[in-house]
Amino acid sequence: MRYLLMICEDEKALEGRSNEENGAVLARYGALMGDLTERGILLGGERLQFSTDATTVRVRDGEVLTTDGPFAETKEQIGGYFLVDCKDLDQALEVAAKIPGAEIGSIEVRPIWEM
Amino acid sequence: MVATLIRVTGDWDLAEECAQDALAAALERWPVDGIPRTPGAWLTTVARHRAIDRLRRAKTGAAKYLEVATVGSADGSADPSQDDGADDLLRLMFTCCHPALSVPSQVALTLRTVAGMTTPEIARAFLLSEATMAQRLVRAKRKIRHAGIPFRIPPPHQLVERTGAVLSVLYLLFNEGYSASHGTELVRPGLCEEAIRLARMLSALMPDEPEALGLLALMVLQHARHAARIDSRGDLVLLEQQDRTSWDGEAIGEGCALVEAALRQRRAGPFQVQAAIAACHAQAAEAGDTDWAQIAALYERLSAMVPSPVVELNRAVAVGMAEGPDAGLAQLDQLAAMHGESLKDYYLFPAVRADLLRRLGRDADAAVAYREALALVTTEAERRYLARRHGEVAASLP
Repeated sequence: MRYLLMICEDEKALEGRSNEENGAVLARYGALMGDLTERGILLGGERLQFSTDATTVRVRDGEVLTTDGPFAETKEQIGGYFLVDCKDLDQALEVAAKIPGAEIGSIEVRPIWEM
Repeated sequence: MVATLIRVTGDWDLAEECAQDALAAALERWPVDGIPRTPGAWLTTVARHRAIDRLRRAKTGAAKYLEVATVGSADGSADPSQDDGADDLLRLMFTCCHPALSVPSQVALTLRTVAGMTTPEIARAFLLSEATMAQRLVRAKRKIRHAGIPFRIPPPHQLVERTGAVLSVLYLLFNEGYSASHGTELVRPGLCEEAIRLARMLSALMPDEPEALGLLALMVLQHARHAARIDSRGDLVLLEQQDRTSWDGEAIGEGCALVEAALRQRRAGPFQVQAAIAACHAQAAEAGDTDWAQIAALYERLSAMVPSPVVELNRAVAVGMAEGPDAGLAQLDQLAAMHGESLKDYYLFPAVRADLLRRLGRDADAAVAYREALALVTTEAERRYLARRHGEVAASLP
């Protein structure tokens, strides 16, 4: 089964990190993604720019409405994602628990709606 | 039977429907043909045939159809599902209590699929509308399917944690029946008995898990007192005032034997220790015979396993009974210094203090503490008890 693991973090906390701390976290992400790729679990994954760079689009009555920023004002924003292929939810939860972002933010595990 | 069908079909609704079909067939056929030699095998075979029929009619999942058709022999003579049945049941319990499901869903699903209660029965037990309960069950089953919650016994590295989840669901169920959190009835023994039945099943399925045995022992011992817990007016009766002759001696005997069997495995856990405390109370023929020193030692152990101010408070009570009110009060002061804030709205905290002060003859201080407790208490039976005690100490004041 495929799952999207959405990494949600408080961006303010990320901004406060030193270069060394950032480097260490990035190295952990690199190691985890390498391991998951080798095991055939990771299908894709990227880090996203901060939500201040987001643009939200809505179409209402045929009219395109474009606004600055993310749709919802919440403390945690999606900062990146992993797309994984797992045996079942337990395996997906295990992968989610290994993502460094889980230690300061949270990981939302969503099964992909298979067509 | 439902558990096995869920494993082979992977479809919870189909499994339930086919199990019901099989039961209906049994009601029709058994009075005519006689009860088969192995009724369980007969039912599983019939249910499996229904599943095959339905899958064939639906013309979907040809692979699934083959799988169901080939699992086990069709004649039911040497039914392999009898052996698998136990494991399937355990798989079902773990799946129902998967942490990805909300706790109310875990409880509802366990009652529906493991205990076989009907949706209206579960709805009544939790004082919810049938529609709400049906919706909760539908959502939970949908999540199991969509999110890929596995139907299995967890691997060793998850077993302890997941077993804990199953045990807490069963204990929650028991407590829901034991001290009904809502509704007009104080105790709903039906839910207690169902929880005990499931715990019995679980401990038989996991003989190497002493906490499962400990939970069963705890429930059996608590339930043994149920007749004495409610007076003729329907009010709760405190432990020390209960008529011990109306306790169920047979159940107490069983509960004590279960505690011993669990502790013999030498892997003590919170449920086993709580059961041992319940056994100490249950074995005292009179309230005055209670082995408080033993209980105090057990609370100390429990506190080391699951630190909590409430456990500490119980320990202070036991110390006060075992070593005298002075020692109890010293424990209580220590507790107040550490956890005063989290206990400030808990009526038992001043109530325990008041009882210790009363026993020391410090009536004026006791009266103050009783009034504090009276301001916080929420149940009528306990309010009456505190008011009576307050009256006693207040009357002796100049």
